[in-house]
Amino acid sequence: MIPLSWYLIFSAALFCIGLFGALARKNAVAILMGIELMLNAVNVNLIAFWHYHAQVRSGPYVHGLAFTTIVFVVAAAEVAVGLALIISAYRRRQTAVVDELTLLKG
Amino acid sequence: MNGLQFVFLLAALVSLFSAVMVVSARRMMHAALWLVLTLMGVAVIFVTLQSSFFAVVQILVYVGAIAILIIFSVMLTRRVMEDHGDQILPGWRGAVLVAVLLFGVLVGFLTLWQGFSVMLVELPPDTDNVLELGKALVSPQEFVLPFELASVLLVAALIGAITIAVDRRKEHQR
Amino acid sequence: MAVETLIVLIPLLPLLAFFAIVLFAHRKNSLSHWLALGGAGMSWVLSMVVFWQAIQIEDLSQHPFAVAIQWLPTGSTGLNIGLQIDPLSAVTLFFVAWTVLMIFIYSVGYHNFGQPRGDHDRPGLPPHGATITDQHGHTHRVPSIEPMYARFFALISLFAFAMFLLVVTDNLLTLYIGWEIMGLCSYLLIGFWYGKESARNAMIKAFLTTRVGDVFMLLGLAALYSLTGTLNYQSILNNPTVLNGLAQAASPLGGVSWAGLIGVLLIIGTIGKSAQFPLHIWLPDAMEGPTPVSAMIHAATMVSAGVYLVIRFFPLLSVGWDGHQLTLPVLVMGAVGAFTALFAATIALAQNDIKRVLAYSTISQLGYMIAALGVGAYVAAAFHLITHAFFKALLFLGSGSVIHGMEHGVLHTGENIDPQNMLYMGGLRRKMPITFWTFLAGGLALSGFPLVTAGFWSKDEILAGAYASGQMLIFWTLALAALLTAFYTMRQITLTFLGNPRSQSAEHAHESRPAMTYPLVVLSFFAIAAGWVGIPDYFPLIGGIVPNWFEEFVGSMLLFHAEETHHSLLPLFTSLVVALGGLSLGWLTYRAVRQPLDPLEKPLGGLYTLLKNKYYVDEFYQLVFIRPARWLAETVTDRWLDRTVIDGILHSIARLGIWLGNVLRKWFDLPVVNGAGDLTATGTRNFGAFLRSLQTGRVQVYATIGLGAAAMVAILIYFLWVVG
Repeated sequence: MIPLSWYLIFSAALFCIGLFGALARKNAVAILMGIELMLNAVNVNLIAFWHYHAQVRSGPYVHGLAFTTIVFVVAAAEVAVGLALIISAYRRRQTAVVDELTLLKG
Repeated sequence: MNGLQFVFLLAALVSLFSAVMVVSARRMMHAALWLVLTLMGVAVIFVTLQSSFFAVVQILVYVGAIAILIIFSVMLTRRVMEDHGDQILPGWRGAVLVAVLLFGVLVGFLTLWQGFSVMLVELPPDTDNVLELGKALVSPQEFVLPFELASVLLVAALIGAITIAVDRRKEHQR
Repeated sequence: MAVETLIVLIPLLPLLAFFAIVLFAHRKNSLSHWLALGGAGMSWVLSMVVFWQAIQIEDLSQHPFAVAIQWLPTGSTGLNIGLQIDPLSAVTLFFVAWTVLMIFIYSVGYHNFGQPRGDHDRPGLPPHGATITDQHGHTHRVPSIEPMYARFFALISLFAFAMFLLVVTDNLLTLYIGWEIMGLCSYLLIGFWYGKESARNAMIKAFLTTRVGDVFMLLGLAALYSLTGTLNYQSILNNPTVLNGLAQAASPLGGVSWAGLIGVLLIIGTIGKSAQFPLHIWLPDAMEGPTPVSAMIHAATMVSAGVYLVIRFFPLLSVGWDGHQLTLPVLVMGAVGAFTALFAATIALAQNDIKRVLAYSTISQLGYMIAALGVGAYVAAAFHLITHAFFKALLFLGSGSVIHGMEHGVLHTGENIDPQNMLYMGGLRRKMPITFWTFLAGGLALSGFPLVTAGFWSKDEILAGAYASGQMLIFWTLALAALLTAFYTMRQITLTFLGNPRSQSAEHAHESRPAMTYPLVVLSFFAIAAGWVGIPDYFPLIGGIVPNWFEEFVGSMLLFHAEETHHSLLPLFTSLVVALGGLSLGWLTYRAVRQPLDPLEKPLGGLYTLLKNKYYVDEFYQLVFIRPARWLAETVTDRWLDRTVIDGILHSIARLGIWLGNVLRKWFDLPVVNGAGDLTATGTRNFGAFLRSLQTGRVQVYATIGLGAAAMVAILIYFLWVVG
């Protein structure tokens, strides 16, 4: 009953908000939160398209779902490793502000 | 507007609002909590898409594990900053611009697609998505490979996280 | 060997001696003088052989010994260089060879060969004596050897080459070459003792004064060549067509023919070289050189070259003359010669330096010869040239011997007098007998003592020629000059040799060594006997006994002889009177001189001062020519033109260059070139800094930029491909 475009626009908006958060936040954990938002938006997009495809086929169609599963797994793994990194970095330099972690500065 | 659309709109608005709060909250703990709310909103949207399995998975994994992890790490990295100064970088206007631009590009390209305004209808109830998903995930012709790789990835992440986060100071003191 | 080959060797042998001495023997005194004597001696032998052969030929003037090569082939004609012995050059060769050899031998003694080296002698200054100790422990001062002994012999050998070349050559160009080389040697030998400032001034004066004459001579030479295409004597002088052609052609100078103009130009060369007025000023100063130089160059040979030139070119100078109407060159010669003869004789009266008297005497006698040509007495001029060479060389060498004797006395006594001043001499006939008798022979020859001296015969010929030509003014001028000549000659002999010594040095003088006295004896023989080959036929009593060989031999050179008028005895009588009268007057005036003071000085007063100062001609030239020339050189050319104008221009150019350099540096090099370089550097650095500022190290910034770029690209693609 709901047009696909709503889901797509919603997912796009959520993605962009997450992107903003990832690009413009100081705290590393906040950046991670932004990334989580982005991943969630991707998931919504995927499920929406699964539904779109499933409703035009006759048999079962689980490609979208499988993809989403993998995204979940990857997101979880990534959060774990990322937070471990942040905490390790925090221990080293006593800060979690990415602005101060500028060893790549040229 | 039928009830489903209303529910979707409500959930969408809540999610988007929470998402905005996540990225603009001053205090990290608030942001984490707003994140929880956003995740829950997304779970509701999953439900409207007749993917109840993933709604539950969302709650279990994201809210139950990831959000909690984030809260833990917020609490662990609390000391340094928090509560004073902007949490926003000086270059945030560029980021806004890029985000808006990207949004525009995405939506613009999407509108070009002729399937953009297709109406999503209810799926036939006899399809057992979860069973099919399970069968597909372990079926050699289908998605067993990504499935196995994902599990390997989890193991790697696990080991990696432990390796990274282990307290080296204790090692040196030995 | 053919006689032509011998002729070629005559100038070459002294030249070889010159090179040999300069290159190899210049440190060995005895080798140097043997080389020089060898060269001069061989040339003398060859000259005698050639002369002997020449006098046996009947018409030598028409068919001279000749050899020539083509030097400058210019189309059909060309410049030929060669040698020629005709009567005139044969007799000239004779006297040149004898005098050169005698002077070479004399020089060995004059420069004190064999004596020890002097105490303070340095090259460039005359030797001042050496101190020796004999076996008793007494120290004596003796004459010392000349420090530049070998150089002297080298230079006189070169000079001998030039003179022989001039005599044996057959064309005017080679004559001019010999002329100029002699001028060079004269310069070098006058300034032989270059350490003395007076010598340095004299050498420059001699060279420049003769140069003035030489420039005009060169113009005449160039004109002659351009008009006739040749400089060969035979082609010009023995060729009536050429001579007449030159006489007809009108020169740019109004009213004068080319022959006249060329003649006058050549005569100006002679005026310079033979020291006639107004270019006589160099000869007295040339006495700064050693006496052999004065004898050879300034008495016997070089100054004779001037007279030789005009005698040789007499056909050109006198072309068109028929005994009555004088041509311009002949007129000039008569006037200049006669005037100079008298002028110089008057100056000689008041000179006290023994060599100066002889110098003015030479000028005077050369004037005689030129005046002889001026009245057409061709043979007489040649005759006097030859006899004068012998007795003047004799007189100079004799004076050198006297000076050596006086210098010995000065060294012995330490007296502070000029050994050349006659007022301090006296009584030397007892101390230096050979010198006395030979000097007397030469002096009597100069005065024209009758019969037994050569000078009598030649001078008498000139007076006869002057009288016969009808030029009475010239005749009486020459007669008066002869009187004065005899007077001052006797003055010289009396003051030097007769009477008693007037100074300590004269007391202690002694005779010179044989190397110096033997040449005197030989030359005195010629001074006495040389005249007897030219006894004129009309001479009372003895004329006609001995044929006038000289007249026939040399007279054959002329194509046209002037008519012979009747021979009067007046000239003969006049010459006897002036000679004997002058001699007696001189002896009477000076025989009683006891103090070093000239008895004529007070009576003549201002006139005497005028004569002593040579009529102030040198001072006049200094004022009129030298000072303006120096002013022109120093002030105008050096200070103004050179330093102010030219250097100013150069400095301005330099300053301009520097200014331009500074401007370019300041306005172009620094801003543009350096600026470009610096701009590149700073620009790159700034750009790098800018780029570096992008490398914040903050991943979020990188991501922002990356995504922004991706969005841009997407929009671009949209507009390019999707819409377009």
